[in-house]
Amino acid sequence: MATIRVNLITGRTIQQGVSMEAGKEKPAYTAACGIIELDPADFKKLGVFRNTNVRVTSQYGSVIVKAVEATQGPHPGVAYIPMGPWANMIVNPNTYSTGMPTFKGTPVEVEVAKSEPVLGSLELVRKGCRGELA
Amino acid sequence: MTKTVTDVVCPFCGTLCDDLEVVVSDDGKKLLEVYNACAIGAEKFLHSQAKDRITRPRMRQEDGSWKEISYDEAADYTARMLADAKKPLMYGWSSTNCEAQSVGSEIGEAVGAVMDNTATVCHGTSLIAVQDIGIPSCTLGEVKNRADRILFWGCNPAHAHPRHMSRYSIFPRGFFTGKGHTGRKVIVVDPRVTDTARVADVHLQIEQGHDYELLDALRVAFKGEQLPDVVAGIPKAKIYEVAETLKSGRFAIIFFGMGVTQSIGKNHNIDAAIAVTRDLNEYTKAAIMPMRGHYNVTGSGQVWGWQFGFPFAVDLSRGFARYNPGETTSNDLLRRDEVDAVFVLGSDPGAHFPFSSVRKIYDLPSVAVEPHETPTTEICKVHVPVAFVGVEVGGCAYRMDNVPIETRKVVDAPEGMMTDEEFLKSVLMRVREIKGV
Repeated sequence: MATIRVNLITGRTIQQGVSMEAGKEKPAYTAACGIIELDPADFKKLGVFRNTNVRVTSQYGSVIVKAVEATQGPHPGVAYIPMGPWANMIVNPNTYSTGMPTFKGTPVEVEVAKSEPVLGSLELVRKGCRGELA
Repeated sequence: MTKTVTDVVCPFCGTLCDDLEVVVSDDGKKLLEVYNACAIGAEKFLHSQAKDRITRPRMRQEDGSWKEISYDEAADYTARMLADAKKPLMYGWSSTNCEAQSVGSEIGEAVGAVMDNTATVCHGTSLIAVQDIGIPSCTLGEVKNRADRILFWGCNPAHAHPRHMSRYSIFPRGFFTGKGHTGRKVIVVDPRVTDTARVADVHLQIEQGHDYELLDALRVAFKGEQLPDVVAGIPKAKIYEVAETLKSGRFAIIFFGMGVTQSIGKNHNIDAAIAVTRDLNEYTKAAIMPMRGHYNVTGSGQVWGWQFGFPFAVDLSRGFARYNPGETTSNDLLRRDEVDAVFVLGSDPGAHFPFSSVRKIYDLPSVAVEPHETPTTEICKVHVPVAFVGVEVGGCAYRMDNVPIETRKVVDAPEGMMTDEEFLKSVLMRVREIKGV
C-alpha cells in the first residue's frame, strides 16, 4: 500500500469552531476535526478514494483520521488537519525557546488504514494518556 | 411573550461583535434565538441552553467514574492543591472577563504560581516581537473608516473571525471609504487558497514556512532594489506589484495570524512583519494588528500587563514577577516536568496543546473550570462547570485592537451555578485561610 509524505499544517475551520462550541464530546466535532484535508494530486499518489481512514505519522506521534479532499486548495504537498486533539497527536511540540509549539509545518507520512476507527476527542485523549493507543 | 435584548456582545473571537440581538423568554431564563452573529457565535449562545449541560462540580474517582461534589468542596480541593504545590501552573484566562482574571492573579500571587494565558499557543510570539521592536497599530474603527489596502498574512478570517471582513476590513463603507470593498485592495498571503484568498484581489500562495523571506523581499521591493527571480515560491514581478499596491494606498493595514506566529521563525516572522509596516510608513500611513483568537485573550494580557508588567508567561513562584518565554511558558514547563499542579480556567489545553504536554497534565493534580465538557475536563481530577461569560454573566473584555468593551448578561445561568469570578473568590478565601495571610 502506498505511503505519501506531506507537510502538515493545522488551524481553524468554521466547522471546527461551530462543532467545538456545540460540544467537543459530540460526533460533529470528530467529523469536523478528525480529518486530514489532502490535495487531489496527493490522493492520486496515495491511491485511495475520498473519505477513507488513514494513519498519519510524524516523528512525534501517530493518529487515525479520515482523508477528505481539500476544501481550500489546491495545495499539493501540503495537508491540513483542523486544530484539535487529532492534529495535536502529531504536531511538532518543540517551542525553540519561544513558548510556541510548532503547530505548522510538521513533515508527516500518510498511509491507508481502512479498518481502523477515528476515535472521538475524549476517547482519543483519555486512551492516549493511559497509553492505550496502538 | 418573548423579549429581544439588543447590542449584545459576542464572546467568541477577538472581533467582539457588539451588534447581536438575542431573543429570550419573558422570565429571562431561556435563550431562544440569536440574530446577527456568525455561525460560531450563534452556536456559543445556543449551546448554553443544552439539555445535557453539566451544572455541578464533579470529582474523578479511583474507578474512573465521576462523583458530584459541591462548589465548596471544589473550592477547597482547588485551594489545597494550589497551596500544597511548589510551582503550580494556572493556565487559560482567555474565555473569561477581566474581573475574574484579576481575582485569578491574586490567587497566583498568594500561591506562587506560573500564570499563562492562551497567547502562549496563539500570539505569544507576536507579544515577544512587540517587545523587541514595538508596534505601529490602530483601532478597528480606523481600519473601517480609513484603510484602503488590506493585507491578511497567515490568517483566514472567513473561518476564524467570520464577521471581521464585513464589519471592519473589506466590505464596510466608512467615513473615508465610502465605496466599501470596491475602494479597497485586498491581498492575502497563505499557503492554501483559503476562502479569504478567494475574495482577495491578489493571493500570494507562499511556500509554507517561508514568511520571513517574503516579508524581507517586500522591504527590498519597497526600496526598488533587486530581488531574486523567485522568493518563497512567489515570482519577483508579483512581489514588486504587491509592494507598489501597498505603497500607493492612503492607509494600509496588515492583519496577521497563526500562519506567521506558529510557523518556524516564530517571533522573528513578526519582527519582519512589523518592520514591513514601519518601512511602509515612509510612503503612506500603515498599521499592523494581530488577529486575536479568544474574545478576551487581549484582556488577559492587559490585566497582567498592568498588574505584573508582562502579558503572558508570568512566573510568580519566587515572590516577584519573572517573564522568560521558552522557560516560563506552559508547554515548556509541562514538557520539562517543572510544575506540580495544573489549574485551567477558560481554555482547553487538552484539545489544543501538543499531546506530549496533555499527558503531563493527566499525571498531575489538576482542576478545570469550564462550562463545557472537553478533553481537558476529561483528564483533570476535578471539573468545575461555571456560567458562560458574555451570555449568563457580563464583564469587561478587550477587543483585538485593545479596545475594552463591556459584555452583557442575556439570560440567567442554571439554578445554583457559580460564575468564574465567584468561584475564584471562594478559592482565594480558602487559600488565604490555608496560608494564614
